[in-house]
Amino acid sequence: MKENPQMIRLTYREAVREAIREALRKDDRVFLMGEDVGRYGGCFAVSKGLLQEFGPERIRDTPLSESAFVGAGIGAAMGGMRPIVEIMTVNFSLLAADQILNNAATILHMSGGQFNIPLVIRMATGGGRQVAAQHSHSLEGWYAHIPGIKVLTPATLEDARGMLWTALEDPDPVLIFENSNLYNMEGQLPADAGPVDIDRARVRRPGSDVTIITYSASLFKALDAAEILAREGIDAEVIDLRTLRPLDQETFLASVTKTHRAVIVDEGWRSGSISAEIAARIMEGAFYELDAPVERICSVEVPMPYAKHLEQAALPQTETIVTTIKRMMHS
Amino acid sequence: MSPETIIKPTNTETISSQRIVSISRERALHLLYQMIRIRRFEAKSAELYGAMKIRGFLHLYDGEEAVAVGVMEALRPEDAVVATYREHGHALARGIPASAIMAEMYGKQEGCSRGRGGSMHLFDAKTRFYGGNAIVGGGLPLAVGLALADKMQGKRRVTCCFFGDGAVAEGEFHESMNLAALWQLPVLFICENNLYAMGTALRLSQSVTDLAKKAAGYAVAAEAVDGMDVLAVEVAAKKAAEIVRAGEGPYFLECRTYRFRGHSAFDTELYRTKAEVEEWKERDPIKTFIEHLKNQGLVSEMDLNELERKVADEIKEAVDFAEAGTWEPVEDLTRFVYSEWRGV
Repeated sequence: MKENPQMIRLTYREAVREAIREALRKDDRVFLMGEDVGRYGGCFAVSKGLLQEFGPERIRDTPLSESAFVGAGIGAAMGGMRPIVEIMTVNFSLLAADQILNNAATILHMSGGQFNIPLVIRMATGGGRQVAAQHSHSLEGWYAHIPGIKVLTPATLEDARGMLWTALEDPDPVLIFENSNLYNMEGQLPADAGPVDIDRARVRRPGSDVTIITYSASLFKALDAAEILAREGIDAEVIDLRTLRPLDQETFLASVTKTHRAVIVDEGWRSGSISAEIAARIMEGAFYELDAPVERICSVEVPMPYAKHLEQAALPQTETIVTTIKRMMHS
Repeated sequence: MSPETIIKPTNTETISSQRIVSISRERALHLLYQMIRIRRFEAKSAELYGAMKIRGFLHLYDGEEAVAVGVMEALRPEDAVVATYREHGHALARGIPASAIMAEMYGKQEGCSRGRGGSMHLFDAKTRFYGGNAIVGGGLPLAVGLALADKMQGKRRVTCCFFGDGAVAEGEFHESMNLAALWQLPVLFICENNLYAMGTALRLSQSVTDLAKKAAGYAVAAEAVDGMDVLAVEVAAKKAAEIVRAGEGPYFLECRTYRFRGHSAFDTELYRTKAEVEEWKERDPIKTFIEHLKNQGLVSEMDLNELERKVADEIKEAVDFAEAGTWEPVEDLTRFVYSEWRGV
């Protein structure tokens, strides 16, 4: 394929790095801090090279003190800076859950609107790399439960490149979840790609028979499923939520109103999940439009196992999406 | 269940400079006024709690006034304060109007947090008062971050962080001490050691009860001071704040004090004896300061009457203000979850 001269080829990892680099260049108040972001180059190599370019003041290695450095990010944000705090994985973010929930999400409200917290926290999420039950979970749906923060789940290169700056411009705390399986994903992006909105879902594939609602890495499984279904005459519309809080229900309700069927694909566990929230909103907002019950494809409710075949069985898969939709269409 | 031993107020080696510090009459009256207004404000709060005007949790500061008052003398308007849920005294000494604090406890929108915070969450942007934090230890990382922002922006400001002896058992204390020392951040850590984490005595919760040693273990300059002695606290805090402001890193000041009332309005105080409380009350920071000043011939009964009248007026005004305050319309319930502006 001939490449458009205005397009550049890069990975998701490089797209995130470019976003961080652009923010550091554009705004002196921006700095990155987290475990191994500097000398090591980031545990997923996202920040590789940034220490050399911006120095240790702005690319700040922290001790393994999630609560202190997340809290310090909150304090620094209140003190006039625009911190980007990196937490290695969502499982480690639980060590900072006190700061995220009890401080970042509440201080604006508790202070009667006096102190806002323009903080961005990035972290890796997701399973599929055989790193077992303490490094693989998808807890972004959990965080989406909390009023006072915003929860972003960039799936595409465009969003990996563009969501960060918009998040930094936001006056309130924004959590960005990067599925670690996406870091090596390669593709093309316009050389001048810039900020994107962080509050709207996108239709990634238009269709008329069924709506697949998903986010993050599951988007690509949904798109693959839609292609397989298309060969069998089923035209699936695929919606990438992009942001789990605030949830853009207008987009998926409009789609369900058109297709009359909905399947939600969510790498989180089923019980009490973001998929449950979406299903409830469809009941509230489009019940009489439905030709079939809403279906959900989630991770099996086990701590993530190490063995590859078990881990793959625990995660939502393209094949499951295909068979579920075929069953729905023929029932 | 009764406590095994009485925790005596005399077995500490601390700086005690009351007898060596000379003080002007004007300064003396100022410090005394600050402590008395806190004491009377708390008494009124307790009364209004009984009258069900104030609800929720109410943690009173009686006995610890010398700490907030002494430390605030070391701060400048541009400095920041991070306090705990027992923070009426800090808020008053920092300069948040008593009326705004009282209205907050009434839940009125004229309160310093618009009635969204209550007794435990007093906030005030004007005086850089960052709460009112009710997760024990949770304020320390915030203070570290505020100080980091100052350092990165080249601002010579102090972030003063108050917390109790209970917080020293939290991981956030240790993480914050390390980070503040590692990055040489301008934080003045004030540990208000009142000997009890709610109802658990220090000796039952800490393997090492000399708390300054813990901070020193992180290479944080650390010192203990008699927290019942306002002049000693002031001297120690001023010295500490100077070091912090000069960019020489964080400072940990342990103020050894005692809470005269229960932990909160619900506390039946099964964990300590009345005799212990009485023994500490002998060292009441207000009573002993008045005695000291009278011995020095710096204040008279007339001065005290004058102070009390001024304080009574201020508190009456605060209560009137709170009573006259208005309820935020329920339609505004979901305001302040997210900012009402966007920008950079």
